[in-house]
Amino acid sequence: MALEASPQSRLTAFLKSDLFYRFRTSYVTVAASAVTVFILLAALLAPWIAPHDPFDVSTLSLWDSELPPVWAEGGDPRFLLGTDNQGRDVLSAILYGSRISLAVGFVSVALAMVIGIVVGLVSGYFGGAVDAFFMRIADVMLSFPTILVALLVSGIVRGALPREMHDSAALIVLVFAITVTTWVQYARTVRSSTMVERSREYVYAAQLVGRKPFAILFSHILPNVMGPVLVIATINLAMAILIEATLSFLGVGMPPTNPSLGTLIRVGNEYLFSGVWWVVIFPSLTLVALVLAVNLLGDWLRDALNPKLR
Amino acid sequence: MIAFILKRLIQSVIVMLAVALIAFSMFRFIGDPVNSMLPENASAEDRQELREQLGLDQPVTVQFTRFVTGAVQGEFGISYRNKRAVAEMIAERLPATLELVLAAAVFALLLGVPMGIYAALHPKGVLSNMLNVISLIGISVPTFVTGILLILVFSVWLNWLPSFGRGETVQIGWWRTGFLTVSGLKSLILPAVMLGLFQVTLIMRLVRAEMMEVLRSDFVRFARARGLTNRAVNFGHALGNTLMPVITIVGLQLGAMIAFAIITETVFQWPGMGLLFIQAVSFGDIPVMSAYLVMVALVFVAINMIVDLLYFAIDPRLSVRA
Repeated sequence: MALEASPQSRLTAFLKSDLFYRFRTSYVTVAASAVTVFILLAALLAPWIAPHDPFDVSTLSLWDSELPPVWAEGGDPRFLLGTDNQGRDVLSAILYGSRISLAVGFVSVALAMVIGIVVGLVSGYFGGAVDAFFMRIADVMLSFPTILVALLVSGIVRGALPREMHDSAALIVLVFAITVTTWVQYARTVRSSTMVERSREYVYAAQLVGRKPFAILFSHILPNVMGPVLVIATINLAMAILIEATLSFLGVGMPPTNPSLGTLIRVGNEYLFSGVWWVVIFPSLTLVALVLAVNLLGDWLRDALNPKLR
Repeated sequence: MIAFILKRLIQSVIVMLAVALIAFSMFRFIGDPVNSMLPENASAEDRQELREQLGLDQPVTVQFTRFVTGAVQGEFGISYRNKRAVAEMIAERLPATLELVLAAAVFALLLGVPMGIYAALHPKGVLSNMLNVISLIGISVPTFVTGILLILVFSVWLNWLPSFGRGETVQIGWWRTGFLTVSGLKSLILPAVMLGLFQVTLIMRLVRAEMMEVLRSDFVRFARARGLTNRAVNFGHALGNTLMPVITIVGLQLGAMIAFAIITETVFQWPGMGLLFIQAVSFGDIPVMSAYLVMVALVFVAINMIVDLLYFAIDPRLSVRA
């Protein structure tokens, strides 16, 4: 492969690559990525494509409250998926809600990845007391279910914050709790690959020419341990979205004034008994579709990058 | 053998001490316990008195020792929100959670094991493929969505089963059970199914994988060569060897189920420990949170230790290493 490839030929190289071939021959994966991209775009463009602004109280009318979806009897063409008890458009609420869910997911995955990579590289390369310290923490955290650790961290942060800040800081608390809970997995993986890489010849060569340890870690070892990290990141994106939704559903996540998908499900759940099923079912379906699609992508990536399966 | 048990015990004690330290620091350093426990207009003398009563004027190491001795005796202080002894509140809620987890585990085993056996015996069957697809979807659907769907179908649309609470309960000593009344049993069905469904998929996959491996092993081949019937080979020889690892995993999962019960209890307003914990988290009720943390950690550590010791008793190879 030429080093100085033009963007054009790089694209053709990618289209001809093994990875892309595996991608386009797996229909499930193509479908999963289509769903992911669709939800991503819809969430990104929410302010422009949402039919209503769910946060603009002046446009809400109680006359429009609890309208069923458009295909059911009594549906209103203005509200494709119906409205909730305050006359908010369910579709618009879902669009804005996925924005928050995805934002929390992406930011916490990015943060956890950076922290996990740094800890993993340092632990694996230097070993000794630093390694023992981080890995004992990891042991304790991994022996409890993720959702419990996330609940506990968010509970501690909430206990430390004054009550009136709970709503305004909800987004930060969520990202913090999910990051603290999930960095361990990256650290473990990077650590074990680093321990293999550090006795390779290219590392000795770099040490011999006098490169500093951190330069070796980040410019030589890091690129060689990134593969598994990407797989974990994809699967963890689904998990982060799920943890966020669960925390919000349990009432310790996003407030109803700024709802994520989990909050929408929580709020909609309260109206289930009056037969108003659409307020809770559509956000749930969106969440399930998103998590399932991202999970399938992660599974595919894991198999595609695994040399043993080729 | 004794050395191994001792080592394992010491390890468990260290983990519990670490958890206790976290729980203690939560109580001591997050917010001011005195402010949280007294009304806002309390006098300076009242504050001072409570401070001395809680021992907050003593060195931190002394406080930690007091906390640990208290915790060992089941004393976790007073809830900020209900102004009641935390130990008492947890004792009241514990039976509800344990009954829920027990019912869910039984449900998961009764459904998961036969499904796994079937899938292992007929790996190419249509039904097996269907079971696989269903289990894949089952893993991706968040448990609270499953719960909502169950309520929508069985409570709202069909009106067969109650959707919240425990129904009528009977008090036996300090244990309040829902097993003895019809409404108690009916209320248990949906929550137990919701909590158990995720475990069903897990157990099914596990049983299937283990059993397929056992079916390929030599002793099964020899059993067939001896002319034993399929039934005798599959259920007399293979199944017993499959179930050992399954039982250990299910044991380990019991701890996880107590944690996941938090979600189930929220969906069904089930008055157990999980509901108590989630209310504590949203209120910032630190004593309840730290007590729950210590309790759950104790369950996890105990289960882990029992499983390790069981392995040690079963697998002779381990005794050489120790």
